[in-house]
Amino acid sequence: MVQGADAGTTKRRGKAKAPPANTQGLTQEQMLQAYRDMLLIRRFEEKAGQLYGMGLIGGFCHLYIGQEAVVVGMQMCLQPGDQVITSYRDHGHMLATGMEARGVMAELTGRSGGYSKGKGGSMHMFSREKGFYGGHGIVGAQVSIGAGLAFANMYREDGTVCLTYYGDGAANQGQVFESYNLAALFKLPVVFVIENNKYGMGTSADRASASKDRSQDGSPWGIPGEQVDGMDVAAVKAAGERAVAHCRAGRGPYILEMQTYRYRGHSMSDPAKYRTREEVQKMREQHDCIETARKILLEAGLPEAELKTVDDDVKAIVADSAEFAQTSPEPDESELWTDILLEAR
Amino acid sequence: MGATILMPALSPTMTEGKLARWLKKEGDAVKAGDVLAEIETDKATMEVEAVDEGTLTKILVPEGTEAVAVNSAIAELDGGEGGAAAKPAEKPAAEEVPEAKAETPGAAAPVGAATHAAPKGPASEPEKDWGPTKSITVREALRDAMAAEMRRDDKVFLMGEEVAQYQGAYKISQGLLDEFGAKRVIDTPITEHGFTGMAVGAAMSGLRPIVEFMTFNFSMQAIDHIINSAAKTLYMSGGQLGCPIVFRGPNGAAARVAAQHSQCYASWYAHVPGLKVVAPWSAADAKGLLRAAIRDPNPVVFLENEILYGQSFECPTDEDFILPIGKAKIERQGKDVTIVAFSIEVGVALKAAEQLAEEGIDAEVINLRSIRPLDIDTIVASVKKTNRLVTVEEGWAFSGIGGEVAMQVIEHAFDHLDAPPARVAGLDVPMPYAANLEKLALPTVEHVVQAAKSVTYKK
Repeated sequence: MVQGADAGTTKRRGKAKAPPANTQGLTQEQMLQAYRDMLLIRRFEEKAGQLYGMGLIGGFCHLYIGQEAVVVGMQMCLQPGDQVITSYRDHGHMLATGMEARGVMAELTGRSGGYSKGKGGSMHMFSREKGFYGGHGIVGAQVSIGAGLAFANMYREDGTVCLTYYGDGAANQGQVFESYNLAALFKLPVVFVIENNKYGMGTSADRASASKDRSQDGSPWGIPGEQVDGMDVAAVKAAGERAVAHCRAGRGPYILEMQTYRYRGHSMSDPAKYRTREEVQKMREQHDCIETARKILLEAGLPEAELKTVDDDVKAIVADSAEFAQTSPEPDESELWTDILLEAR
Repeated sequence: MGATILMPALSPTMTEGKLARWLKKEGDAVKAGDVLAEIETDKATMEVEAVDEGTLTKILVPEGTEAVAVNSAIAELDGGEGGAAAKPAEKPAAEEVPEAKAETPGAAAPVGAATHAAPKGPASEPEKDWGPTKSITVREALRDAMAAEMRRDDKVFLMGEEVAQYQGAYKISQGLLDEFGAKRVIDTPITEHGFTGMAVGAAMSGLRPIVEFMTFNFSMQAIDHIINSAAKTLYMSGGQLGCPIVFRGPNGAAARVAAQHSQCYASWYAHVPGLKVVAPWSAADAKGLLRAAIRDPNPVVFLENEILYGQSFECPTDEDFILPIGKAKIERQGKDVTIVAFSIEVGVALKAAEQLAEEGIDAEVINLRSIRPLDIDTIVASVKKTNRLVTVEEGWAFSGIGGEVAMQVIEHAFDHLDAPPARVAGLDVPMPYAANLEKLALPTVEHVVQAAKSVTYKK
């Protein structure tokens, strides 16, 4: 799965671009699937934003809009049994692992049909079946937990790999660097995926870190890293394949810095005054992962009607999830006292 | 198909806002992502983006309108998909959960913790007789417990600083590397935050880590993972993701190591639902409770004491010996006053009871063994007999375990008390280094004797 411009490189620098040339590595079928998966996340998040606006979703709600190519491209590199873990901007990751839109949306509305029976909310969902280990609300905590999932893979010698996602903000936490050391020391099969969306809440990455190339943050421990155009699903997949293969071969951890962008605020209550409207519009118009995929598919000769069918399917799934999330009952009051401790055998 | 655009809530607390400005006018074509309007809240000015495309057919709320309620219609859009018009359901209907919940490792049905439940009645049945005993040190008991459980379950492993090649900073893991190898007895770098998080992840994946802290003082570097990651995830996952892990190591004061190395963390960890907190005193406690902690499907904080490591106690030799977590032990029967203690203070309390006996006061001494869950039944049954309570702990009294025990006794047996409960605790100062000052800061036999006399109104 190595292709043209990326072949043999372990490191690339410079601004992310969205050159269609990079996307030729996918088959049309794969690209269509990626388009569908990215669109599902986009439409799901737009709906979540609406439901939040209607007061049906409470608390914090961090939307993934703009970053869809990262999780969709990376998920294409995984096999059954592999794990995924991330922080609180997690709806996209869950949908990418194949968790059901209904269960995710119903968790957002705090209903019993949600993945955590309504007890976790937007930031705390899990599915052992799909290999999704959360959904963690403490910035950076998921990185050492992810190293632990990889530790268990090594302990069991089962050849599985853990994708550990975190943002450019979390990449400054001390435990991230502790995890780099542990992962390199024990040769853990973990891909550290930094989703650099340029802003940790309202602080731009260059105001938060003296490290200008986060893909090289693991270099003191000899961890190879790449900067990747995270707006290009094929580029993400190509880099992901290299990283996952490295881990599966028992060669230890790998870092991928995804250059990506979130269109919405950090959370719903973010007025986003730290960046210009033009900056956001430029990313949307010139680098949008879904539009890029759409263009490539049309240029490759896919009939527009087929894309319309995908659009309609996705809209139906999202509408159904929103309906479910509003009709699923609130958790029974008895749930207040369950799931605190497990009974010892 | 038309869609109604509603006044959005932009924060968890917003109920209304000012519609400051329309950026689109009636008849304008709208694309997803276009800014439609600006809304002012008490905190900020926010932009309302279009979610669907279409034509803005009608503006219902003119710009400049104050106090527009969240969810009221502000405009109409033609050609959209109707998403914004979706209405909250009036009556929820029953629906199935999205997927069958996967089995949590080593787990049975989830149970709730009800710390406020009334005691279930008289003290529990007497402890099982495990037959012949042998004198061993607490250190050996802990090592034997880990070795026995590691033989029993290959998912159990030990990690921490100096646990393998150095054989343990306090020699607790002596011989384990030889028997189980480097895969299961793992030296970590000095990186508590990182390796604790890693162990928690391994536990979530179904392994059963034992994390040794060289002392519990260093667990402060990792307390986020113990509380936010280990203790809360089962609840936040609706019961899907358990965390079977033991955090163990010496807790409290050793001798002459000053404030940063001499603190009792019992009340810190006991505060948290989702954790179990165990504090053994004798070798039998250490062995039986550590085996139970390793088998427990929940995160267990296991508080040892460095000074006790070298002390010898009789311990059952039965290979299956194990003690239940959550049961206190009456170490000495008495009728005049109940003394509740844990860890090293159990020894102090027993010595005090001997002195009290010489002065005609018959003290009952309860070894808590488990701080959370707290065996309040045994304590209350004892107080109903003696009508007086003294608590003893090495940590500070403020928000301490003694305060909790006393309060629960007041809740459950107020009418049985003939005197206000008394607390014996470490003094409310950081631990001093100087030998004389350190001695003054810690509870002594004499303090316990005095407290018992005061609650029995004897001089």
